Amino acid sequence: MGIFLFFVLAILCVGGVLGMILSKNQAHSALFLVLAFACLGGLFGLLDAPFIAAVQIIIYAGAIMVLFIFVIMMVNLELGIAPERKRWTLGLSAFLAVFLLVELAMAVRGTLGSLGRTGGPSIGSPTELGRLLFTEYLYPFEITSVLIIAALVGAIVLVKKKEKE
Amino acid sequence: MIPVSYFFGLSIVLFVLGIIGFFVKRDLITMFMAVEVMLNAANLAFIALGKAAGTPAGQVIVFFVITVAAAEAAVGLAIILLVFRQKKSIKAEDMRLMKG
Repeated sequence: MGIFLFFVLAILCVGGVLGMILSKNQAHSALFLVLAFACLGGLFGLLDAPFIAAVQIIIYAGAIMVLFIFVIMMVNLELGIAPERKRWTLGLSAFLAVFLLVELAMAVRGTLGSLGRTGGPSIGSPTELGRLLFTEYLYPFEITSVLIIAALVGAIVLVKKKEKE
Repeated sequence: MIPVSYFFGLSIVLFVLGIIGFFVKRDLITMFMAVEVMLNAANLAFIALGKAAGTPAGQVIVFFVITVAAAEAAVGLAIILLVFRQKKSIKAEDMRLMKG
């Protein structure tokens, strides 16, 4: 059952990302990406991380992608900027991508066997995560809040229209 | 019971797809979405390895990565809007000058 769910979610996720790359329309790309991120949320759930799964769906599929769709609607693009026109750059990038995939697979090959399986004792309960966040990881947590304030103020200042003098 | 290595392999595939998307697409918004795909691939790897190691620390890191990604999306999209206002285009090759 679990393995069936994994393959369904994994195929949907990879399919969503492929759809994002292949689609010519930016709005369709964003919606494909929402699908991929929602499936990733499901995968996090399978990996015994219910809190991160909820955060993934609420923040990524919800908030961040809505931000993307807002911007896509605001910039009102000409449809379909064609991908790279020169044939040889496409070939080269495909070759390099396969090369990178093989390289990464070789780099992790030794560890793959020793990773074990899902199941067993639960590790990611929200209680446990909250306790860790407010004890061991308190400083990173506080620094994150400063980062978010900075990003918020920065985004508003950047986009604000200059007042005419 | 699913082998954790399947999740790890999926994260590698997603990362490579993100890199392909980043280099093949030419508009800034889709390139930016490809960066989000790469971040998510890293998140999946963190959670899978955390599960394999039996520690919730991986999930805490993912929590921080998601927050940083949200901040990055806000600032990045603001910059894309600015570029669009000035150049009336969001093609990457139209951004050639540091000065506006």
